[in-house]
Amino acid sequence: MNTQVLDGGFADPAPQAARAFRAVMEAMARPGTIHCLSGATPPAPLSVAAAVAILTLCDTDTPVYLAGDMDTPDVRAWIAFHTGAPFSGPATCAFALGRWDDLAPLSAYPIGSADYPDRSATLIVAVDALENSSQNLQGPGIQNTARLSLPEIPAFQANHAHFPCGLDFLFTCDDRIAGLPRSTEVS
Amino acid sequence: MTEQAYNFAYLDEQTKRMIRRAILKGLAIPGYQVPFASREMPMPYGWGTGGVQVSAAVLCPEDRMKVIDQGADDTTNAVSIRSFFERTAGVETTTSTAEASVIQTRHRVPEMALSEGQILVYQVPIPEPLRFLEPRESETRKMHSLEEYGLMHVKLYEDIARHGHIATAYAYPVKVEGRYVMDPSPIPKFDNPKLSDCAAIQLFGAGREQRIYALPPYTSVVSLDFEDHPFEASKPDHPCGLCGAEDSYLDEVIMDDAGGRMFVCSDTDFCEARRLAGHKGKDAA
Repeated sequence: MNTQVLDGGFADPAPQAARAFRAVMEAMARPGTIHCLSGATPPAPLSVAAAVAILTLCDTDTPVYLAGDMDTPDVRAWIAFHTGAPFSGPATCAFALGRWDDLAPLSAYPIGSADYPDRSATLIVAVDALENSSQNLQGPGIQNTARLSLPEIPAFQANHAHFPCGLDFLFTCDDRIAGLPRSTEVS
Repeated sequence: MTEQAYNFAYLDEQTKRMIRRAILKGLAIPGYQVPFASREMPMPYGWGTGGVQVSAAVLCPEDRMKVIDQGADDTTNAVSIRSFFERTAGVETTTSTAEASVIQTRHRVPEMALSEGQILVYQVPIPEPLRFLEPRESETRKMHSLEEYGLMHVKLYEDIARHGHIATAYAYPVKVEGRYVMDPSPIPKFDNPKLSDCAAIQLFGAGREQRIYALPPYTSVVSLDFEDHPFEASKPDHPCGLCGAEDSYLDEVIMDDAGGRMFVCSDTDFCEARRLAGHKGKDAA
């Protein structure tokens, strides 16, 4: 057995998870803002930010879908050991993890129902660059407009059109994270 | 010093993760009540078990916490919740609104405008604004999903028919981002305008009813009304007896058996800060 999977989790889970959650919450509450996460050393190709988000939010109650390159034995073993999260396909996952092209099509994920729009997946998207540039964001959490480099526009507009149903996104790049809830209008 | 017998901030990590996931979904769908597996807390229902669980899930060791009960920092509920988190989370506490990073509140919004980086946690008894009109959860859920809020307007209309004006004075229903009708918790309707376009994150926790909902910063929150009966953020028509403030929400205090009374700011920190700055009301000693 590869003993490396046993390392790289939170050294002091309660305060580290609390600080990480505050950063993730700020990211989701203020779309377009970029926050730093630290405290985990995951196996490649998992980024620090994605790994910390998983440690903070995932456990045995949240099926995780690993898309494309992200689905390696090391990553599976690391997530399984540190969170206990079961793995699933996209249709039944609570969290999905992967690069943007590997996660497509978005129609594969649960977007919640009109009665329970909260029963939807959160996609943790690994991107090469995360900057306050390119696309314009408007909506709750944004005073006037915000900018964020997104992989594309139409998919997020289609997702917003489902509101209050829809998917929520966390974009991760190295140790940085930004959020894009379904409520945000992208242009 | 944290009591070592407890995990940081009392709740176990799995419970906190569950609450944290509910908070994120609540922020993504402003005004929608997210069901969560509320835990039994070491205090009775009605004393803020929902707010305490939400606070426990967002608190960091570096936070400075303020707890208010009807605006006051020194009432039983506020004092006991403050000492609960001093003991179980080891966080600093304060009574100053400006210095606090997390503020848990029962039925008031501080007078001072909140800033980015602050979190306001509301204790909510009945999160469902339609509950007193329709007792069945299955029905109210359908009404929210169909955006069918006519019943709420009928209720406000009946107020006008009976009293000549909208008599609802607290827990006054609001519409969030033009979609969900939400109960702002039993805050006086004077506080309703403060919910809209607020720089802070606002989280609502209802422990017994097992619901969490949220308002991200700068969210549009509109109090329901009619064109010919517009919403009015009313308050007692007096200045504060202690600090003389004319723009703050007031409590009426009965002074004797002969009908004597005075009006004082409900927000004790706001009132104290004004008195320290030299403001003086007509009843001040």
